[in-house]
Amino acid sequence: MLNYYFTLALRSLKRNIVLTVLMIAAIGVGIGASMTTLTVFRAMAGDPIPNKSRQLFAVQIDNWGPKRGIVGGDEQNLAEQISYPDAIGFMTARAAHRQAAMYATGFALTPANPDLRPFQVQARAAYADFFPMFEVPFRYGAPWTQADDEAHADVVVIGHDLNDKVFGGSNSVGKTLNLDGHAYRVVGVLERWEPIPKFYDLNNDKYGKPEEAFIPFTRAIDQQLSSWGNFNCGGDTIPAPGWEGRLRSECIWIQFWAELPSAADVERYRAFLNNYAADQRRLGRFHWAPNTQIRDAKEWLGHEHAVSTEVRILLLVSFSFLVVCLLNAMGLMLAKIMGRAGDIGVRRALGASRRAIYSQCLIEAAVVGLAGGLLGLALTALGLLGLRSLLSDEVNRLTYLNISDIAIAVTLSVVATVLAGLYPTWRAAQVQPAWQLKAQ
Amino acid sequence: MELRPILSAMRRNKVGAILIGVQMAITLAILCNALFIIEQRVALSKRPTGADENNIFVMGNQWVGNPPDLKAKQQADLAALRSMPGVVDAVAGNSYPMSNSGSTEGAALNPDQKEPTALTALYFGDEHALNTFGLRLIAGRNFNTEEVIDKMGYTDLTPPPAIIVTRTLAEKLFPGKNALGQSVYVGGEKKSIPIVGIVDRLQVPWTQAGGWGSKFNDNSTIAPYHFVSPYAFYIVRVQPGRLATVMKAAEKTLFDLDRYRVIDKIRTLGEVRANAYQDDRGLVVILSVVCAALVAVTAFGIVGLTSYWVSQRRRQIGIRRALGATRNAIIHYFQTENFLIAAAGSLAGVAMAVGLNLWMVSTFEMERLNAGYAFVGAILVLLLGQLAVLWPAFKAASIPPALATRAA
Repeated sequence: MLNYYFTLALRSLKRNIVLTVLMIAAIGVGIGASMTTLTVFRAMAGDPIPNKSRQLFAVQIDNWGPKRGIVGGDEQNLAEQISYPDAIGFMTARAAHRQAAMYATGFALTPANPDLRPFQVQARAAYADFFPMFEVPFRYGAPWTQADDEAHADVVVIGHDLNDKVFGGSNSVGKTLNLDGHAYRVVGVLERWEPIPKFYDLNNDKYGKPEEAFIPFTRAIDQQLSSWGNFNCGGDTIPAPGWEGRLRSECIWIQFWAELPSAADVERYRAFLNNYAADQRRLGRFHWAPNTQIRDAKEWLGHEHAVSTEVRILLLVSFSFLVVCLLNAMGLMLAKIMGRAGDIGVRRALGASRRAIYSQCLIEAAVVGLAGGLLGLALTALGLLGLRSLLSDEVNRLTYLNISDIAIAVTLSVVATVLAGLYPTWRAAQVQPAWQLKAQ
Repeated sequence: MELRPILSAMRRNKVGAILIGVQMAITLAILCNALFIIEQRVALSKRPTGADENNIFVMGNQWVGNPPDLKAKQQADLAALRSMPGVVDAVAGNSYPMSNSGSTEGAALNPDQKEPTALTALYFGDEHALNTFGLRLIAGRNFNTEEVIDKMGYTDLTPPPAIIVTRTLAEKLFPGKNALGQSVYVGGEKKSIPIVGIVDRLQVPWTQAGGWGSKFNDNSTIAPYHFVSPYAFYIVRVQPGRLATVMKAAEKTLFDLDRYRVIDKIRTLGEVRANAYQDDRGLVVILSVVCAALVAVTAFGIVGLTSYWVSQRRRQIGIRRALGATRNAIIHYFQTENFLIAAAGSLAGVAMAVGLNLWMVSTFEMERLNAGYAFVGAILVLLLGQLAVLWPAFKAASIPPALATRAA
């Protein structure tokens, strides 16, 4: 029976080719526009670390007090980053299952071949837990160890691309890299690892690639590697001169993440933070009640507005556009079905039930939806191509269609078109056979 | 034109009329908000920075490691750049307009103020800064050489002995008064700094709509510093027409002087602008395309549905023609019908447009929609309806009166 309805649908669509083409075009354009933006939106709003996004927590502490000066904080008066004294305090306490203080920095890398010019390498100073905590995949070697952290070791983990560029993609573990005139021993090479958004540091380039070199935080501090990210001194927090002054200051420039696998761990860590803040108050460093917060990775991305305003506007506009397209298709379907009231009357008179009319019309709608969805997919591919030429490289990384997007597009199209077809179908089923036959 | 028959015909075809009306309403709501966003982003990406954009190029200069003679190296670089043929002037600093990275401080009128009077971007540069950027001094004077002090990286917070501010910042700090010669507290310092000069305009480094800097777009301060840092920006102004040649030669000059460095992102200020506003322009293009598609879809929807109505009413139209209605009367009938639907749709659409905008104001920190856009949008939608209905209306008018006698 389904087969028969399908044949009927095709025949009916062929009979009024202009209306059919208009309907399919309207749905296709609507699906194309909304899928294009949905793809980018899904990438931006995506979960960069799905296995652990509920166990990894960004740590915030108020070290400026209620008088937080020019930069402001969130609704709880907290900033995204913490100071060096607090980073060291948290790392010394090691109150979480895993934890890492980290900051963005960079080097000039001097190639071994003297004919080549030095080039810039973006780097991240972090503690050893960074790698297991964020499940960073290794191609060669392994992360450095906690002992390396404590020894302030001259070790480096490099990214896939940097390894290709400097070592031709070979296993470079044990070789050395000359970074800012100092030799660092390669202990690990990463697989391609590109979490989107770059959740662990959203201050700069949040959809950008991760850094290409990682060195122990302790070593970076020894080398006086300054922050290449946001460095914030506000309120009464004027640092004393020099590197030492910067470290002792209340300026905030370090990201801190903790891994807390269970709800009990989370509670314990909250208590630890509040005790820590209370201790700082007793020591005379803070003059206010403890004000701390931890947010898991998922919450953190929402809190930090990982999805850009532009994309949210486009998503809104394109989905409203889809609604217009569907209303349009609904009107056309109505016209088409009512134009066939005579046929329907004959079928009803010959014994077709209302149900049969329903199935027939809805299958016709589904066929239109399917065709519209396929057209929409083609337009989405075209749209993403267009986006790639229009938007910055950073956003370009988000313009890729994957299998699930294709499934979403076709399903969305069919479901939406069938929904839009419900009313015209209902009207069709209301056709009175006797009335139609008489009118003929 | 008699409205009664039109209304009673519409009553028999409610859903079709409502579908078209709702489509027009949503089209209007999207159209005027999109046009508003387009207009704003275009204006944003055209804002003048105050610098002599056509003749400036910039680069990041990163030394390998942290050489001890940083200041001497930097001075040598600048001397070499300034003496190149075609170069007007050069300066080393922490930022430049549209770079999207820089320093911000609060400026206050007294040292114990909880909230600063104004936020300001800080540009570091020596006495060559004004000439290099090509800024127009409207009051006071440039820095003199004795005023320029060393700043050893960002955390060296030695306050400068003098500052030059933009006109906008001066007016914000001292409304209605002459800011020249007044003193301000910058960045929580306990010592006030005198304003020795005022420039017409210098945009802050940040360009993002609604982002950091959007609330104090023209509040800039120039602080007389030699910015002695392993990473600094070099800004070079050239004689008109010499940009490409000097840019190429400059890189070579610097590498010949010392090859243990990285020249990062050497670009003209025009390229910097294109890059800074790329996503804004992208948004403008995408919104325009979506708007065009939206208008087309709505128009075709009207054509399709009206054509259907025409074909449904062929006999009635034939009878009307036979009873003496002119072709024009038939055309007017469909035009009036469409106008009534479009007018109702526009009313609903204007309400939706305002609602949508208010929601965007609260969630995206956008500006309030100018009432003019809703008005223009409504007219556009009415015109669109009239245009779309023309073809089916003409088709209806061409139905011969004889049809009344032939059918059934």
